[in-house]
Amino acid sequence: MLFFSFFKTLIDHEVTVELKNDIQIRGVLKSVDQYLNIKLENISVVEEIKYPHMSAVKNVFIRGSVVRYVHLPASAVDIPLLEDATRREAANQAGKAK
Amino acid sequence: MEHLSISDPPPQGTGGGGGAPPATLGRPPQQPQQLPAQMFTTAAQLLDLTDKKLMVALRDGRKLVGILRSWDQFANLVLQSTKERIFVPPGSGPNGRGLYADVDQGIFLVRGENVLLLGEIDLDKDDDAPPGYDLADIDLVQSLAKQKKGEDKLKEKSKVKKLSTLGFEGENLGEVLL
Repeated sequence: MLFFSFFKTLIDHEVTVELKNDIQIRGVLKSVDQYLNIKLENISVVEEIKYPHMSAVKNVFIRGSVVRYVHLPASAVDIPLLEDATRREAANQAGKAK
Repeated sequence: MEHLSISDPPPQGTGGGGGAPPATLGRPPQQPQQLPAQMFTTAAQLLDLTDKKLMVALRDGRKLVGILRSWDQFANLVLQSTKERIFVPPGSGPNGRGLYADVDQGIFLVRGENVLLLGEIDLDKDDDAPPGYDLADIDLVQSLAKQKKGEDKLKEKSKVKKLSTLGFEGENLGEVLL
């Protein structure tokens, strides 16, 4: 759930999603769900000539399972907050395991 | 979130079926009448795309263009007036430009696990051919695409073979994703 919450804080920021088939899609993150399916708006595709099927597409819904990386704007990440949340999540997990 | 279970009562006042429908069509009666709350996010994203013209990229590399008419929480999709769009990348065509063709396929029911991505098509741009590509005869494009696919498969196969002798395993082993 940590990453779900984390991605929710990135909504309305511009990100680049790299898929397992190497296509890179840049767009504004509009929505994310518990499977980390991602919805991007106003997309542009890196190396567009290689992916002609994307030329008329403006918004995409990407299945979470095909995502390799999400490139984030460093300025949009609150690192201390993320560290905090990570520790809290880890403590939670440890508590549950007992 | 993790404390919710499939048998939790659905949230009140969220659209969809609404109220308590009598004996649902052909469905086992013990199923909840509405999706549990934790499923609503995926559904909500697909809801916006309903009745729109979409480009669906499948795991086997096929590109379908059609109108999304129905879906469920697994992203199983029903597409109407579907066309399969076949591309031949630049270089292998006659004048060095890429080629494409549309093949009418009618109604498609796509199982969710085979979907890579759904793209909403900008109708203003839809009439233009993709930059660097020309519309061509279906038979020509199909035969060129088949030839290209065969070559790619061989290339991928030898690559996977080489990698596996070095102890690597590809994440999409033996399956060409495009």
